[in-house]
Amino acid sequence: MNVHTSSFSSVSLRNLSRGFGDKTILKDITLEIPKGQFVALLGESGSGKTTLLRALAGLDDDAVTEGEFRRPDNTSVLFQDARLLPWMSVIDNLTLGLRRSDAKATARTMLEAVGLGDKADVWPSTLSGGQKQRAALARSLLRRPELLLADEPFGALDALTRIRMHGLLFHLVEQTKPAVVLVTHDVDEALLLSDRILVLRDGRIAEDHQVDLPHPRSPGHPVLMELRRMLLTSFGVEQNLI
Amino acid sequence: MTDYTSYPYLAARLQRAQPGDDQQARTGKAVRLTPGRLPAGARLIGPLLLLFVWEAASRLGILSAYTLTAPSTAVVTGYEMLADGMLLPHLMASAGRAYAGLFLGVTVGVLLALLSGLTRSGEALIDGVVQIKRAVPTLALVPLVIIWLGIGEAMKIFLIFTAVLVPVYINTHAALRGIDIGHVELARTLGLTRGEFIRKVALPGALPGFFVSLRLAVTLCWTALVVLELINTQTGIGYLMNRARDWGQTDVIVVGIFIYAILGLVSDTVVRLIEARALAYRRALGA
Ligand SMILES: Nc1ncnc2c1ncn2[C@@H]1O[C@H](COP(=O)(O)OP(=O)(O)OP(=O)(O)O)[C@@H](O)[C@H]1O
Ligand SMILES: [Mg+2]
Repeated sequence: MNVHTSSFSSVSLRNLSRGFGDKTILKDITLEIPKGQFVALLGESGSGKTTLLRALAGLDDDAVTEGEFRRPDNTSVLFQDARLLPWMSVIDNLTLGLRRSDAKATARTMLEAVGLGDKADVWPSTLSGGQKQRAALARSLLRRPELLLADEPFGALDALTRIRMHGLLFHLVEQTKPAVVLVTHDVDEALLLSDRILVLRDGRIAEDHQVDLPHPRSPGHPVLMELRRMLLTSFGVEQNLI
Repeated sequence: MTDYTSYPYLAARLQRAQPGDDQQARTGKAVRLTPGRLPAGARLIGPLLLLFVWEAASRLGILSAYTLTAPSTAVVTGYEMLADGMLLPHLMASAGRAYAGLFLGVTVGVLLALLSGLTRSGEALIDGVVQIKRAVPTLALVPLVIIWLGIGEAMKIFLIFTAVLVPVYINTHAALRGIDIGHVELARTLGLTRGEFIRKVALPGALPGFFVSLRLAVTLCWTALVVLELINTQTGIGYLMNRARDWGQTDVIVVGIFIYAILGLVSDTVVRLIEARALAYRRALGA
């Protein structure tokens, strides 16, 4: 796989395929993500969202692409589980692998920004689920990535915390403007945050919607309502039953 | 943090979500599936009870002094041996052998485990050899090692070394191999170098496994010793015990057993203390 950076798009990928055994999960996925674009990736459970994200992250050595695969060297991944190393303090987790001399100071500022200013020196196991995820978010964004890949980072959080995390993620992403691929199965999350919504189905990108609405967004906006109805219908959910 | 009033969508959802939505109503306490933490010293209840039964059996004449001395008699004998200065040189001789072997075994065992756990060529070269050594009982090597190293101290230390090496290697290697794949992926995405990965992820992750092996090793080194001190030596606890057998002194034999037991307990406690400090992050879980 050839990895270089381009000046226009953050991610550029042609005909990515991946299967496990004789089961094909991703078929010839072609994807172009401009710099700074916030992409939400929707799809049913088992549709291959994680598989695609791992390939984008360069973690899948067996994913085959035809021709070019470009992504920024500076890519951060936000996992569904926070993946903090239990034997390191929160601040050491944040600065792990950073070779900048001001890493500690920047990390403290970042911890303040996610509301964990007083948790720098504790063990990660003493944090709540939402706090862990905030620490992981801080760790990803501390690296000022050009591309942020997030696999259902808020999936395990309660409804309230999740909404707060949306605000926080949006707020922080606004500041450094990385391209983002956010895997989610929460349609509202996608509508609220993203510039573009992709739907993965049968191993292909079956739908590709632009969401050209300014922020902050109101869920009652007719464009969002219409898109929401379309997405839910394509997932086979009859809205008026609820 | 963020001001949600500028996000009507968020504010609407915040209002809809009620606190406690995601919490289950609980009645009473959840079933405790793991045993609770023991109060300090409670670990001694079993051994003390055993001593009590043993002493009682001796006093009531169920256990004759020729079969097994009463623990109180052994304590007196032990004190006398200590007081007239004959015990200490033997104890030091044994300790010297045991801990020299332990030190070598732990050092080499960890080094081999690192080579084999972190490199492919290391695993190809080392793992098979240690697995074979594991299948061969230490005592089966005695005749061969006597031919190589003679019947002196070197032979004894070498055999303790090989006995200790195996569990240290096996546990440390398994811990290195059993590293959480999620942590490896994290290290890749954070762009850690191999050196950083080993120091900050692989080694700390393997530390609990290493401590398991260390606890096995500190008692194993004494176990191997008692047999080895049958061979051509005039010093050591094993020598004392064997001579006592020839003379029918069961009290001296029991003194030897006590010494082993105390050394084992003390060593284990020391390792536990070091472990508790090194793995302090784990306590946070069960606190
Ligand atoms: N290592 C693997 N070995 C075999 N099959 C796998 C492996 N990883 C994923 N799969 C299969 O690939 C398919 C897609 O998995 P993937 O984890 O990408 O789904 P997903 O869209 O992320 O689902 P979810 O929303 O439940 O997380 C599933 O059918 C899964 O069983
Ligand atoms: Mg997934």
